[in-house]
Amino acid sequence: MKRSKTMEFGVGLFMLAGIVGLVFLGLRVSGLTLSAPSDTFRLEANFANIGGLKPRARVTMAGVTVGRVEAIELDTEWYDARVTLSLNSELEGQLSQDTTAAILTAGLLGEQYIGLSVGGAPEMLQEGDVIRDTQSALVLEELIQQFVSNMVSN
Amino acid sequence: MQSKFSHYAARVIGLGRKGCDVVEALGRATVFLAQSAVGVPSREGWSLWLRQMHFVGVLSLAIVLVSGLFIGMVLALQGYTILVDFGAEQALGQMVALSLLRELAPVVAALLFAGRAGSALTAEIGLMKATEQLTSMEMIGVDPLRRVVAPRLWAGFVALPILTVGFSVVGIWGGYLVGVEWLGVFEGSYWSNMQASVSFIDDIGNGMIKSVVFALVVTWIAVFQGYDLVPTSEGISRATTRTVVYSSLAVLGLDFVLTAVMFGGL
Repeated sequence: MKRSKTMEFGVGLFMLAGIVGLVFLGLRVSGLTLSAPSDTFRLEANFANIGGLKPRARVTMAGVTVGRVEAIELDTEWYDARVTLSLNSELEGQLSQDTTAAILTAGLLGEQYIGLSVGGAPEMLQEGDVIRDTQSALVLEELIQQFVSNMVSN
Repeated sequence: MQSKFSHYAARVIGLGRKGCDVVEALGRATVFLAQSAVGVPSREGWSLWLRQMHFVGVLSLAIVLVSGLFIGMVLALQGYTILVDFGAEQALGQMVALSLLRELAPVVAALLFAGRAGSALTAEIGLMKATEQLTSMEMIGVDPLRRVVAPRLWAGFVALPILTVGFSVVGIWGGYLVGVEWLGVFEGSYWSNMQASVSFIDDIGNGMIKSVVFALVVTWIAVFQGYDLVPTSEGISRATTRTVVYSSLAVLGLDFVLTAVMFGGL
């Protein structure tokens, strides 16, 4: 009977270790947070070209991550990309109407992310508002094309 | 001419017989699985399961964790030497975590499990069959499928996913030891890149699904080979070898199929 108890204890520890491991993987490795999703608010921004931007990409402000890209879809009215951003709720009512959003690249080969910079207008962006002033992703081919056509015209 | 024809005909007959044998064995294995896996476990079944869980799970922990540690360390070392050429050594955490969670942990843990626990299950059940313990059980009215096979089957199903989680955790920690502590990758970028790229559902969840499938296949093959073998000493050794070979092949083949479905956009 005693032997069986220690065995039960061992198996219990083993299964507990499995659960703890899974929690570790969830929290530490995949970065799940237990906070409710209501901690964010949404903004939309239309870009002429999003380049290689992907859902879940970072949204930064002065280099600090303040949110992530929630969804990207084609806006069939203007035929450009409508990007939904979900930002920390601390920023709700803190961003001016003329905030600009630009698609930037981390390093030469790195992933693309969105950088926000604040303007100076007195009205603030609220949940669901649209950022008017956007700057598209830098597409290398277009850049080269521009450079070549400039050279030719010179 | 006539003899040549009959010679070929005999070949074809042999092939057909082999095909029938394979299909028959598959059918037997499926019926066997269904018969042993169903049924509400009694109080006694619970303690039988516990004992198998101890053998199959707890005692496999050491080999799985040590392998996980070394694989994580090797991944970090190899990944670092490649990534540093591109100035992308910050992505080390991402590389280690994704390769472990998606592929290495489920597959390597299943292979180790087949070698350590699967072969032992086959040999144990096989010896019971060879010494006619299974038949004696039937004689006294105890169902050997319930009594012998079911606890081992269920212990395997539960143990391997837990071992896989342990493998991943220790591997990521091993990668941290080599990458951050030894090679000097910035600790913050090791974890943050990992967290930015690993998704709980897509990566960890799919890895766990893989590991559950492997657990099912490896344990099934092991107990079936034990139950179905020729009850001689040679038969036991053959069946033990077959368990390891078949489970390894099944794990690697299924891994490709599962990866294609999960990550290949099939």
